[in-house]
Amino acid sequence: MEFKTPTSPHIHSGASVSRVMLLVIAAMIPGIAVYVGYFGWGVVINILLAIVTALACEAGMLIIRKRPVLPFLYDGSALVTAFLLALALPPIAPWWIVVLGAAFAIIIAKQLYGGLGYNPFNPAMAGYVMLLVSFPIEMTRWQAPLVNSETSLSFIDSWNIIFSGIAEKIGDNITDAITMATPLDNLKTELRLDQSVEQIINGNPLFSHLAGLGWEWINIAFLVGGLFLIYKRIISWHIPVAVLATIAVLSGVFYLIDADKFSSPMIHLLSGATMLGAFFIATDPVSATSSNPGRIIYGVGIGIFIYVIRTWGGYPDAVAFSVLLMNMVAPTIDYYVKPRVFGHKK
Amino acid sequence: MIENLIQRLLSTHKFPGGVHPPQHKAESISVGSVKTEIPARLILPLHQHIGEPAEPIVAVGDKVLKGQRIAKANGYVSAAIHAPTSGTVSDISDYPIPHPSGLNAPCIVIETDGEDKWGERLAVQDWKKLDASALRNIIRDAGIVGLGGAGFPSFIKLNPGASKQIDTLILNGVECEPYITCDDFIMRERSGEIMLGITIMRHALNAKECIITVEENKPEAFQAMTMMAKETSGVKVMSVPTIYPHGSEKQLVQAVTGKEVPANGLTTQIGIVCHNVATAAAVYRAVYQGEPLISRYVTVTGSGVKQAKNIRALMGTPMSELIKQCDGEPASLSRVIMGGPMMGYAMQTDQVPVIKTTNCIIACTAEDVVSEPAVMPCIRCGACAEVCPVSLLPQQLYWHAKSRDHDKAQEFNLFDCIECGCCSYVCPSKIPLVQYYRHAKGEIWADEREKALADIARGRHEFRQTRIEREAAEKAERHRKKKEALAASKKKAAAITATDGKTAAENSGNKNTAIDDAIAKAKAKRLQQGHAHEKAAPENTAGKNKTETSDS
Repeated sequence: MEFKTPTSPHIHSGASVSRVMLLVIAAMIPGIAVYVGYFGWGVVINILLAIVTALACEAGMLIIRKRPVLPFLYDGSALVTAFLLALALPPIAPWWIVVLGAAFAIIIAKQLYGGLGYNPFNPAMAGYVMLLVSFPIEMTRWQAPLVNSETSLSFIDSWNIIFSGIAEKIGDNITDAITMATPLDNLKTELRLDQSVEQIINGNPLFSHLAGLGWEWINIAFLVGGLFLIYKRIISWHIPVAVLATIAVLSGVFYLIDADKFSSPMIHLLSGATMLGAFFIATDPVSATSSNPGRIIYGVGIGIFIYVIRTWGGYPDAVAFSVLLMNMVAPTIDYYVKPRVFGHKK
Repeated sequence: MIENLIQRLLSTHKFPGGVHPPQHKAESISVGSVKTEIPARLILPLHQHIGEPAEPIVAVGDKVLKGQRIAKANGYVSAAIHAPTSGTVSDISDYPIPHPSGLNAPCIVIETDGEDKWGERLAVQDWKKLDASALRNIIRDAGIVGLGGAGFPSFIKLNPGASKQIDTLILNGVECEPYITCDDFIMRERSGEIMLGITIMRHALNAKECIITVEENKPEAFQAMTMMAKETSGVKVMSVPTIYPHGSEKQLVQAVTGKEVPANGLTTQIGIVCHNVATAAAVYRAVYQGEPLISRYVTVTGSGVKQAKNIRALMGTPMSELIKQCDGEPASLSRVIMGGPMMGYAMQTDQVPVIKTTNCIIACTAEDVVSEPAVMPCIRCGACAEVCPVSLLPQQLYWHAKSRDHDKAQEFNLFDCIECGCCSYVCPSKIPLVQYYRHAKGEIWADEREKALADIARGRHEFRQTRIEREAAEKAERHRKKKEALAASKKKAAAITATDGKTAAENSGNKNTAIDDAIAKAKAKRLQQGHAHEKAAPENTAGKNKTETSDS
């Protein structure tokens, strides 16, 4: 009896790219659920729009690049990009914002660099930043948490807002009623007017016990999902812990120095895209560093940028910029941070 | 129990990385070990170990007895081979052997006679009187090599050199690869033999202490070894966590002692020697019973056999025979692996024989192994780096190996890779990483060989050039000397002829000489007239002188 002689190892753990990606998406579900609870169906519509666009662009580019289409569509990486981008966008952003962002993320930031595994930048964040600098009005028009507004927002309402535009169809009154600055945006604006943090937060309907209304629970839900990913060993703890610890330490130090001018670590950790960024965005393996010590440096860098831009920069939140900036240095970190190999001198 | 727990807590040292593949050990431990039936034909490769192949000392047609040496060690790093049973040597030629190359290699084939008749055996009961070197000779002559899978001649590992003090002898009963249970069985069934083997090994090494390491998934073996070790001082049994590759020598040393073997170094450098438990049993048999290494425990398992079991098989037994003894159906097999699924080799045919390093035969069907999965691009997840027991960056190595950047690959310590396969095992993109590293190592070795050959060729060329130059110089020198000599002789000749008065015209510039010549001629004429009979003689002499000088 003659046999083929493939080389060892002859067994495999069963890990696959698509399993990794699907677990990442599964871990986002609690966060998405809370997000939908506070901001309505717009979140879901954004996700669906982003998915359709991302998959269509991925397939089109794979065909043009003469690569096998189905294995790469099944790998789930375009899906994750779609989810991350959609979750970063305002739930009342017009449809073309989502489509444009997703198309840019997949075509420019991912496929033109060589597709899965070869993109130096996080595609979702590249798409997000492109939108933010190109369409600042649409990108900063956030909706108030539903519990806060007098109008409820049905699926049809969200659909209409996204596909027909707010001002034209629904009227300015409703637009005013449902749009509102995000807590981080509000803080930034008011601090510039020399208000103290306490003055801003007290009695402000945007804020709740821990941080921004709604945002605190969304962040906690993403934290839970992130812990699940660490438990499942899909991501290592290094990047999220480094990001969060850096934000906590920096905001803690400045909070202790001047509690009037600098918001508390609690607000920083549970506002905006902190948890989504720390567990789901910064941990994108392709564009991050690959060794554990390198991951800590990378995470600390992201944490510093987030705090600095939030506090002294021109934008209320800064996860996307911070991740892209650290994406740039990730290869350099990987080059210089090498673990000591067994048996070599300490 | 409590002792065990304390030991666990105390053994805080661990190596980095590692994986937990499905064990698949239960299949082959449900029944006790069985002795093989003697097959009709035994095929004994001359190369069953690390080092030079053995040299046959029998001829086709020779009758051999059980235990008789049929091939002698060829050099220091080599091992002798003995007849596993009595019979007749029927062939000495190339057959398929278990080797990663899949090539045929020289084997001695014995047609067995079924009598299993022993030849002369030299048992040494009072071995304690022997010195280390005499013990090593017995072990060398018994053809004992490391039975854990590598097959390095054992007597060398019992000879650390006079300058090195060995503190610890580590007995490796870890058996971390899935499926394999032969060491588990030998510890259960022959713990006494192992213990006596250890005593001999310690005597040879002069080792202070001995640690027998057993992975947690082998409680019976742990129990058996602990019972035996109780009576011996300086021997302790340690239970180590179940994680692959815990049985890899350097990783085991690190886990047990916390010490790291230097890169490209040996365990003896840090005062440690490791031997497999089965090797210890073989040492006992060689010394106490005069039995050379002619059989071993082999685990025959995999979904291709109905009843997996451990067989005490004779060396040279074709694997197909053992698979048959476990009710295996050859037609259902997709692969036959020698060793474990993480590091074992796939055999080109099931006709290859059991050799000294055959610890396990996995008769695989499609459900045991992966076959050519779709490879995705690397997503840089770093899972490979997390499981690497040597703390390499497998992903960077992969990029450099793939782009054939051998310098960079070596900068990332390619040659520290132990090819354990953990990185390939966990890779979500299913990239055959180890294959890339093996390939890169092979290419680098080939390059080095080529470079060495090129160096030799260049050396030869340069030598030839210098030789030609030297010869040319010597020739020129000879010519010069000849010319000088010629010139000198001409002068001399001229001088002679001048005194003989034969070449007056040449010296015409010298008037005095010419006059002298004239006078001489006149004198001569006068003399001629007086002595006519003496005329020719001076002329002849002058002529003779002339020829002589021109010849010199």
